[in-house]
Amino acid sequence: MSRLKEYTEKIKPLFEPEGKLHAFHSVYDGLETFLFVPNTTSKSGTHIHDAIDSKRIMSMVVIALLPALLFGMYNIGYQNAVAAGQLADASTAGMFLYGLLAVLPKLIVSYAVGLGIEFAWAQWKGEEIQEGYLVSGIIIPMILPVGCPIWIIVLAVAFAVIIGKEIFGGTGMNIFNVALLARAFLFFSYPTKMSGDTVWISTEKILGMGYELPDSFTKATPLGELAQGSIPSSTLTDSFIGLIPGSIGETSVIAIAIGAVILLWTGIASWKTMFSVFAGGTIMAIVFSATGQTPVDWYEHLLLGGFCFGAVFMATDPVTSARTEKGKYIYGTIIGALAIIIRVMNPGFPEGMMLAILFGNMIAPAIDYFVVQANISKRLARVKKQSETR
Amino acid sequence: MRRVIKLSKGLDIHLAGKALPKRFSVKPSGKYALMPSCFEGVKPKVMVKEGDKVKAGDTLFINKEYPAVKFSSPVSGTVSSIQRGDRRKLLSVCIDADGQQEYKDFGKKDVAALTGGEIIDSLLEAGLFGYINQLPYAISTNPQVLPKAIFVSALRDMPLAGDFEYELEGQETDFQTGLTALSKIAKTYLGIGASQSSSALLNAKDVETVVFKGKCPAGNVGVQINNIDPVNKGEVVWTVEPTSVIFFGRLFNSGHIDLRRIVALAGSEVKNPAYTEMVVGQDLASLLNDNLNTGSKVRVICGNPLTGVKTSAEGFLGAHTSEVTVIPEGDSTDEMLGWIMPRLNQFSVSRSYFSWLLGNRSYRLDARIKGGERHMIMSGEYDRVLPMDIYGEYLIKAIIAGDIDKMEQLGIYEVSPEDFAVAEFVDSSKLELQRIVREGLDMLRKENA
Repeated sequence: MSRLKEYTEKIKPLFEPEGKLHAFHSVYDGLETFLFVPNTTSKSGTHIHDAIDSKRIMSMVVIALLPALLFGMYNIGYQNAVAAGQLADASTAGMFLYGLLAVLPKLIVSYAVGLGIEFAWAQWKGEEIQEGYLVSGIIIPMILPVGCPIWIIVLAVAFAVIIGKEIFGGTGMNIFNVALLARAFLFFSYPTKMSGDTVWISTEKILGMGYELPDSFTKATPLGELAQGSIPSSTLTDSFIGLIPGSIGETSVIAIAIGAVILLWTGIASWKTMFSVFAGGTIMAIVFSATGQTPVDWYEHLLLGGFCFGAVFMATDPVTSARTEKGKYIYGTIIGALAIIIRVMNPGFPEGMMLAILFGNMIAPAIDYFVVQANISKRLARVKKQSETR
Repeated sequence: MRRVIKLSKGLDIHLAGKALPKRFSVKPSGKYALMPSCFEGVKPKVMVKEGDKVKAGDTLFINKEYPAVKFSSPVSGTVSSIQRGDRRKLLSVCIDADGQQEYKDFGKKDVAALTGGEIIDSLLEAGLFGYINQLPYAISTNPQVLPKAIFVSALRDMPLAGDFEYELEGQETDFQTGLTALSKIAKTYLGIGASQSSSALLNAKDVETVVFKGKCPAGNVGVQINNIDPVNKGEVVWTVEPTSVIFFGRLFNSGHIDLRRIVALAGSEVKNPAYTEMVVGQDLASLLNDNLNTGSKVRVICGNPLTGVKTSAEGFLGAHTSEVTVIPEGDSTDEMLGWIMPRLNQFSVSRSYFSWLLGNRSYRLDARIKGGERHMIMSGEYDRVLPMDIYGEYLIKAIIAGDIDKMEQLGIYEVSPEDFAVAEFVDSSKLELQRIVREGLDMLRKENA
C-alpha cells in the first residue's frame, strides 16, 4: 500500500497546473480518490464527518445490481439453449459463460463511452469526476435486449450522458434517470432493435459457444404475448426465477429481490418509493384484472417485464425521484399505477415501466413543490394568526 | 405537569475521550484574550489602548452598531496587545492578568425587585448583555427590540460536550437568580433533557421548564424553540447559554462580573479527559500542556467537534465555550479503496458500514472529510437528523441560489447554523451546511437592514 501511495505522490506533480500532464488532472484525481480515501480535512463547520460518501453509495448500488446481472447472463445462455432445443445437453457453466460473453462487450462499451465522456467533461469544466455513471453504466446494458447491437449502445450512452445529465450540471442535477433516457432514446429511434419478437434471444454462436439459431427465429416476451392478446406461455415459476425472455437484467424476481434487500438495508433506496410503486401497480392490476381488461392475474403483472427492476433500481434513483418523504409515496404510486395502465390500455407499448418512470421523473419536482408549499403555507398561516392575536 | 416533547429525529455520535465527571486544576499563565468573533454579528470598536490598566468589568470593546452593548474584560490587568487581521479586523484584545484580581463594582441587586428594563440596563453596564443571542440570524442581540420570549437550553448533547449538570453543581443559586432576572424581561423557557435530574433544573422557578426527549441536536436551543414556539417573521427571541445565566446571576448576587466556568477537556487525543475551571478568555496552552497524547498531529477545537471553532494551543477560551476538544487531524492517514473496504473503525449512519453492528462503541474520528464535495444526491439525509418543522434540503438550496423570498418562506428565521451540524456530519455530498446557513443569515440580515 505504502509503495502505491509513494508512487501516486511521486507522479502527482505531473498533473498539477505546471506539470506536463495537467490536461489529465481530473483523471488523476479520479484515480487517486478511487485508490485512497481523500485526506483533506475540514475547513469550516463540523470537524468530523460520517464515513459515507457518494463513491460508497454508488458502489453499494452496483453491488445490489450484481445478482440480477449475473442471473441475466445465465438466462441468456439458457434461453439460447432452450430455443435451440438443446437444454438437456447444455451445462450450467456453459450457459453462464455464453451469457457472459454476450453481455461483456456491452458493459465494456457502456463504461468506456460513458466514463470517457464524464472524464472529458470533468476535465473541460475543471471539476472532480462524479461517480454517478458507475451505476448508469451497469444499468444501461441490463435494460436492453440481448440482441441490441453494440453501435447503438454507443449512441444511447453518449446521448444520455451529454443531453440527459451533463448539460443539466452533472450527477445530482439531472431531471431524468440517465439509464432510462438511454433506453427511451433507443426505443424511439431504433424500435426494431429494441422491441418486437426477434431481439430477446441471442441467436449466434459466440467464440464457439452456444447454438446457432435460424435468422427467422422469433420469440416474444411474456408481455409481448400479452399485448398481442394471448396468454403468456411461460409459467409463473419461470418468471419468478427469471427464466423468461426479456431485457438482460430484468427477468429474475429473486435476483432483483436480493438487490432490493441490499438497497433497503443500507438505506440507499427509499422503502417509501419502492413500496409505493408496488402498491400503485397492485391496485391498478387488481382493477384491470377484476374488470376483465387483462387476461392474467394481478400478481403476474408485477412479476413480468421490468416492473420489479424499475421499482427497485430505477424509480428509487434519489436524484430523479421525489425528494420529500411525503412526495415519495405519491411519486411511487403514480409510477406503479401508470406502468400497468400503459401495458394494459396501449397495445403499442407492451411494457410501460420505462415511460411511467420517465413520466414520474418529470412530475417529481411538481409533487415536491406541493409538499414543500404546504409547509410554507403553514408558516404563513402562523404569522397571520400571530398578527391577529396582537 | 411539565411539558415533555419527544423528538424522533437526530443522531447521537459517540466519540472516544468523553470527559469524566472529575476536576483537575490548571495553573493559569496569566495571559487572556477576549475575541469579538465569539459574539456573532458584532462589529467591534476597541475602547482601550495597549498598556492600559483594566479591572475585571471594564469595557474592552463595544458593538459599533449598538454602542450601549459593551464587552468587558474578564480579568484585571494590563492590555498587552490588540490583535488585528486582514483589513484591520479586530481579532482579540489581549490582557496580562494581575496577580491580585480587582473587580469593578456594579453593586449587588435584588433581582426580584427589579424591572425588565433595569435588568437589561444592569447587564449592559456590566458588559454582559452581548452574551445574549437572538433568533432570527443567530447573532449577539441588541437592546432595542424586546424579545417575544427567552430560551435557555440546559441540555448539551453534542458529542464530547461538557455536561451542564456537572457545571451547575454549587452554582444553583446564581443560576436561579439569572433565570429570575431573564424572566423579568420576557417569558422564559428552560429546556432540559429527559435524563437530567438536578433539582435546580427540575424545580427552576419563574420559568417554564420543558423536557426534551430525543437524540442530538435536541439540546440545541434553536431546535427547542422550533418545537415550543417557532419564531415568525418580524419576531425576535433571545437565547441564552446556560453558563451565561450563571454569569448574570453572579453579577446580581455579588455585584461584580465573574466569568469563571467549568470547561470539559475531551477528545481521543486527550490523556485524561475531565473538567477544569477556567475564565473566559484564558489561554489554552496552560490547559493543554502535558495533557495531550503525543505522536499524532492533532486538531484543537474550541467547542465540540460538530460546532466548535478550530484553534490551537496558542488559542484562548471562547466566551460561549463549554468544552475544548482535541481530535486527530488525520491529514496523513491513507485508507485504501474506501468505497468498498469494511472500515470497521469508521462510524457511519449508513448501513453500508458496520458501525450499526458494533453497538454504542466510541469512535476515534479525525478531521478528514472522507469524500469529495458533490451536488445533493441522496434525499432525506438532512431531514432524518433535523428535528424541526423545516425542509432543510430546500432551505439549503434556496440559500445556495440566493433566493431571499424562498429562504423566508422556508423558515430561515427559525434556524441557526448549529442546527445543521448533525446534518453536515451525515451528509454524503459533503456540503458545508453550517457555512451555507451562516451565509444565508448574513444575506438576509443585510437585506432587512
